[in-house]
Amino acid sequence: MRKRWLIRARLKGRALKPVQDRTRALGPHSLLLAATLRNERARLPYFLKYYRDLGVEHFLFIDNGSDDGSCEYLAAQPDASVWSTTASYKQARFGVDWINAVLRRHAHGRWALVVDVDEFFYYPFCDTRPLRALTDWLDDAGLRSFGTLILDMYPKGPVHEHPCIEGQNPFEVASWFDSANYSITRNHQHRNLWIQGGPRARAFFAKSPRAAPALNKVPLVKWHRSYAYASSTHMLLPRGLNLTYDTLGGEKASGCLLHAKFLATLADKAREELQRGEHYAGGREYRAYAEALEDRTDLWNKWSERFINWRQLEIMGLMSKGNWA
Amino acid sequence: MSGRLGFVMLVHTALDRAAQVARFLAASGNPLVIHIDARVGAAEHGRFVQTLADLPGVRFSRRHRCEWGTWSLVAAMLTAAQTLLDAFPRVERVYTLSGACLPLRPVADLEAWLDRHPDTDFIESVNVADVNWTKGGLSEERFTLYFPIGFKRNKWLFDRLVDAQRLLRTRREVPDGLTPHIGSQWWCLTRATLNAILTDPMRPHYDGYFKRVWIPDESYFQTLVRLHARRIEGRSLTLGKFDHQGRPHVFYDDHLQLLRRSDCFMARKIWQGADRLYAHFLAPRDAPLSDAEPQPSRIDRHFARATSQRIRGRAGLYMASRFPVANRENGKTAEPYSVFQGFTEVFQDFEGWLAAVANCRVHGHLFAPHKAEFAGREKIFAGGLSDSATLRDYNPRAFLTNLLWSTRGERQCFQFGPADTQGRNLDLLRFMATDSNAQISVISGAWAVPLYRAGGDFGTLRKEAARLQRIESQMLDLLQSPEVRARIRIWTMAEFLENPAEPLHTLFDEIAPHSQARLMRIPDLVDLSGFGTFLQALRNQGMQPVLMGDFPLTPASPDPSHRMK
Repeated sequence: MRKRWLIRARLKGRALKPVQDRTRALGPHSLLLAATLRNERARLPYFLKYYRDLGVEHFLFIDNGSDDGSCEYLAAQPDASVWSTTASYKQARFGVDWINAVLRRHAHGRWALVVDVDEFFYYPFCDTRPLRALTDWLDDAGLRSFGTLILDMYPKGPVHEHPCIEGQNPFEVASWFDSANYSITRNHQHRNLWIQGGPRARAFFAKSPRAAPALNKVPLVKWHRSYAYASSTHMLLPRGLNLTYDTLGGEKASGCLLHAKFLATLADKAREELQRGEHYAGGREYRAYAEALEDRTDLWNKWSERFINWRQLEIMGLMSKGNWA
Repeated sequence: MSGRLGFVMLVHTALDRAAQVARFLAASGNPLVIHIDARVGAAEHGRFVQTLADLPGVRFSRRHRCEWGTWSLVAAMLTAAQTLLDAFPRVERVYTLSGACLPLRPVADLEAWLDRHPDTDFIESVNVADVNWTKGGLSEERFTLYFPIGFKRNKWLFDRLVDAQRLLRTRREVPDGLTPHIGSQWWCLTRATLNAILTDPMRPHYDGYFKRVWIPDESYFQTLVRLHARRIEGRSLTLGKFDHQGRPHVFYDDHLQLLRRSDCFMARKIWQGADRLYAHFLAPRDAPLSDAEPQPSRIDRHFARATSQRIRGRAGLYMASRFPVANRENGKTAEPYSVFQGFTEVFQDFEGWLAAVANCRVHGHLFAPHKAEFAGREKIFAGGLSDSATLRDYNPRAFLTNLLWSTRGERQCFQFGPADTQGRNLDLLRFMATDSNAQISVISGAWAVPLYRAGGDFGTLRKEAARLQRIESQMLDLLQSPEVRARIRIWTMAEFLENPAEPLHTLFDEIAPHSQARLMRIPDLVDLSGFGTFLQALRNQGMQPVLMGDFPLTPASPDPSHRMK
């Protein structure tokens, strides 16, 4: 199975045209970040700032045919390499083949963070310990991967009434989240947990909970050229990499990906994505959003929690320090 | 009077940090011998030596290739210690540290403190027969098997060699007079003791033995010191904590206050990127001498909590990095809760009454078929739980554990019954029945009351009664099975109605021990005047209602002004 994904990655990787390749400058231990995007220009300045502050040393971007200047903007960044493709996102298994191809070429032996441009990685002590402290600790402990929960963030009031201006921290606007409505099952085939829930399940999938998007993700991996993401970044192969949780009652260290999906630009985005029909399960997810967001859905309720910091998420049990004290 | 305390420093990575620490120690006027792992490249080594070239009290010892867990580390230590004793005859004490150690107090503090403890060797040295903290399964076998290769070089071969020797019942002789002791390799010995170890005529024999011992750096000095020391204080002056797998905990910038208040002399290991720690503790200080005693206990507690979180986790939490298999939860749910079956059926407004008399959150039937009846019938409840039945029934167990997790600190009470969602194979009740946090109280047969009160087509009622009775029978079987851990009480409806105050009173003492429930009026019963006839009608139709007990055709209703005794 893994072989198949790797071959696919190689084939699909051919569609990637280098726009700006600075990977020669990579050191043997450079901290990498890889992301696929399309027309996300307004989100990029804050995204880059956030991850540079955490200590990411080089960005690997795959631009899927942006026409809003995203590609040019990224190519101009001194610490970014950019590939571009106009091939089908869907046929590249929603970008996973491209990511696998790029990681295989450039991330072997290095720690790599794989996120979307609306996902922000929070981990225990992220306000006092840079990403390198975490990867050093994982190295010492002999761990190769680090698991997270995707935490959907939303504003108070209808989504389109709260625009986020370029360069602004999106969580100043979308600062609320659901603290304990997540449902977990184990996927025995790939050994990963399958987590669903949060505001997306409650507001858009109450009638069909099984179809609600997966919120488990293993975004931080000490990459090896034989590894591959199997389905988005929810599952990895070899499957031992998915064992980022303890089954005997203990807690492993884990983080959260704060997801700034429900922001003002979303309504347009959902409509655009729906027309392209390039998303998972026929864009079922985006169709649900587009319908619900039209009628001014407000995800906020009196039980919503306002985001403060990682400690709050840790106390609420959405992430864990494990034994990293 | 400095120059009497000598340092031995073993360095293999983060040379720039080691150089900073070396400079700090040397500034106290005390000598320092550094061993640099031979695996460090020539260029890096050259640069390191160059940066410290201006310090007259710093020497470099002959280099060994060091591999974790093997003799090479002891060899490095022995060479460096010998170099120190030979080159600096005034040295009276020797303190060993690694490149990842950080002095937390001025060296003068340490010198003064050592002067107050003359002729004492500070070394953690525990009889291997008594330890329980060796990690990785090898304790005594470290001394009785042969370990020709390091664990890190070839894990597979290492394990196979151990297996083979166990099979062959290999048992090495421990040299006469030695009792294996182990402990931290960061010690502080007196010159007399160290010299006695180094010049012992039996040393070649001992060295030969320890060369094939596993992790000899944690046992060589710790064992031999027992032969030569006059007074041993069995602790290391270097603060260092180990996690559940025997790996050292690492200190970061956010530990600054914790480290400051510990009053320890030295800590390890320090993350090499901890700029603030290095800047703070290596800054020149002209504070007066402090004679504070080292207090590592606060840091001990800090890391003990972390280890407990890693091993046992938080009871009732299910999340991305904690998903225990059945019966390994260390607490299935977060907090005690009460489940009532049949109470809303026989009492009028039981929920309202319960909420008024006990300080807890009272829900309706949380698992009702049409929706989750949250307290106040809210559409969304704590944690963002939705009242949608489809969402809840997608994973009823998660619904319950989420509710109890997000309402920690407030007792939850809810109604349950055979008409509710049960999960596959009564999964939900099985989960609650095996949960020591659950208090489950059942008035069996009470499900018939709503049927009786609803009226309507008797054929439909009869069918529904048969269905509910079948489910409740299964539920009762489960609640009486041996694996049950919840507090369970079961009354038949007839039993319960004989004297409702008594059971309510008992339940209350558990839910709200200090409330004045006994002075409260018990809630009014629903009108059951025709209930006996209803049951008889079911019997006449060929359905046998048994779970409510012997219910009289015309019940004598209890005195409505009855108070709890």
